[in-house]
Amino acid sequence: MFANLWRYRSFIFGMVKREFLARYLGSLLGTLWAVISPLAMIFIYTIIFGRVMKAKLVGIDDSMAYGVFLCAGVLTWGTFTEVINRCVTVFIEQANLLKKMSFPRATLPAVVLLSSSVNFAIIFAVLCLFLIVSGRFPGWPLLGFFPILLLQQSFALGLGVCLGVVNVFFRDVGHAIAIVLQFWFWLTPIVYPASILPENVRWMIELNPITRMVISYQDILLHARWPRWQEFGLHAIGAVLALGLGVVAFRRLSGEMVDYL
Amino acid sequence: MGRLAVRSVGKKYKIYPNRWGRLLEWVTAERRIAHTPDWVLRGVTFEVSDGECVGIIGMNGAGKSTLLRILTGTTLATEGSFEVSGRVAALLELGLGIHPEFSGWQNATLACQLMGLERAAIEECLPRIQEFSELGRYMDQPVRTYSTGMQVRLAFSIATAVRPDVLIVDEALSVGDVYFQHKSIARIRQFKEQGTTLLFVTHDAAAAKALCDRAILLDRGMVLRDGSPEAVFDYYNAMIAKKESDAEIVQIEGERGRVMTRSGSREAEIVAVDMTDASGGSRRAFAIGETARIHCQIAIRERMASPTVGFLIKDRLGGDVFGSNTFYLDLERRECAPGQELRATFEVVLNLGCGNYSLTVALHTAESHLGRNFDWWDQALVFQIVPNGSFRFTGVAALPTRVTLSPVPGPP
Repeated sequence: MFANLWRYRSFIFGMVKREFLARYLGSLLGTLWAVISPLAMIFIYTIIFGRVMKAKLVGIDDSMAYGVFLCAGVLTWGTFTEVINRCVTVFIEQANLLKKMSFPRATLPAVVLLSSSVNFAIIFAVLCLFLIVSGRFPGWPLLGFFPILLLQQSFALGLGVCLGVVNVFFRDVGHAIAIVLQFWFWLTPIVYPASILPENVRWMIELNPITRMVISYQDILLHARWPRWQEFGLHAIGAVLALGLGVVAFRRLSGEMVDYL
Repeated sequence: MGRLAVRSVGKKYKIYPNRWGRLLEWVTAERRIAHTPDWVLRGVTFEVSDGECVGIIGMNGAGKSTLLRILTGTTLATEGSFEVSGRVAALLELGLGIHPEFSGWQNATLACQLMGLERAAIEECLPRIQEFSELGRYMDQPVRTYSTGMQVRLAFSIATAVRPDVLIVDEALSVGDVYFQHKSIARIRQFKEQGTTLLFVTHDAAAAKALCDRAILLDRGMVLRDGSPEAVFDYYNAMIAKKESDAEIVQIEGERGRVMTRSGSREAEIVAVDMTDASGGSRRAFAIGETARIHCQIAIRERMASPTVGFLIKDRLGGDVFGSNTFYLDLERRECAPGQELRATFEVVLNLGCGNYSLTVALHTAESHLGRNFDWWDQALVFQIVPNGSFRFTGVAALPTRVTLSPVPGPP
């Protein structure tokens, strides 16, 4: 499977490039939009929430802090759900290609992962720029983002591929996942700090594998604090398991998939 | 061993009684079986040697396309195996899996990448694709603006940009204009001479006989005949001609969404129309020159002198081919009472060319419906003329022809 991915790398990169360009096809500003939209998001979170609505984090007396807190969670959650959502629909979207051309099907999730990585890279770059300009750049601890992101995206990819192949047979999955992701979002301390929750529901949040990741992102951006790696042992195992699940589901079902597209 | 070896390949589709059936199977790890198997291919075995050209024929639903899809790797076979050596290029259905928003160039590049070509090879291919497809500046336009013919041209040009070792074509050649068809057949022939193995699905006996060394007839998922194109096509034609009240023709009626127009005052009415062979069996496919009977059952609603009954055969484009009626044929008229039923039977020698025809039947007073029209039933049924194996020609009229060739005395 992996040898095939390497052999078809030019197709994968070609698709990622086309997909990126196709999104801005027919617009005057073109790829500039890729920068404008995250910029607008950051603007809303920091200026509107922070300055105008005066939303504040408990314990930090800083009008921008809440905005940065939001960015840390929302932007990473965004790329997490992007991979899951796209994986869930990618086989159905590419039905035409799957039915007419013979190529390794594993290239499609690879395209999804790469293409959302490109999108996140742009968003992340804009965020860094903003942090530098606003004087909140955390310095070296920022590098702590990447191992955690790797875990998060592996988790998303494994889960997404598994759901994606099942979705071909039972389209309910696509509908269900949209709802599940909404609950998941609110069960993750993204817009609220975990500390505001009463003790008796805290365990629910702790069961959520994304919780620790999001808290780490927030700590990096707000407090320039390195992630506590020892907390991520289970996460690493979970990510490997999720990827394994994806591979197994893909191996078992991808052959039959075309008959139901 | 040849280029391609297919060993007892079978394809099963699972038909579930309802949507929960599959879930039940999954949940019980297939210990409970809820589906009924539908084998669209079973026990298909054949070998194709290097440079051989094989036509695959068969009626709709015989499993031709499924077989080709399995050989190209887009669909997995349920049982059996096949081996193919060398690079396979395929033209399945209409076009490639082309992305409608991307330009012709981008699609061509992507498709080349999908065929596993290296960057340098792709660079070299692109101009040739443009040249062969004759799309010119349209290559810059998004593919969604292309006509069907243009898409086929592009797809064919891409698939054949590099000579494949095995080329698989699924009826794609029958689309597009005649000029491009000729051009693509010439390219295929050239490939064949250079040693490409060719496998294609066709309904076109002429093309198959011209290109193929061999034909395979599939019927209900099984290989029925495998041999010389002439022998297999003759068998095929006999098969469809014999098929009584042909189910396929019924399907054609539905597929094309024929609109039946009926008009008239209904003082007399045509209640049933049928075509039969000389022995009276209902038929919708006849061989060239075969005698057919057209039966019209008429119900008289009001007292009248018997109406003129007529029929008209039209070709697939709606052009009149031949029509006649009881008035032209000097049939005596007689008084009819309300409630009476009549049956008119025309015996016609179908000296027609191969193809699809429709039959219009009518009831009126005088020689044409401009008198008084009782009932006019357009396309009451459609029928097919198939080759009879001995008389070959083009066009809709079968005119018995003889030819002689003799030397002309030269100038002194």
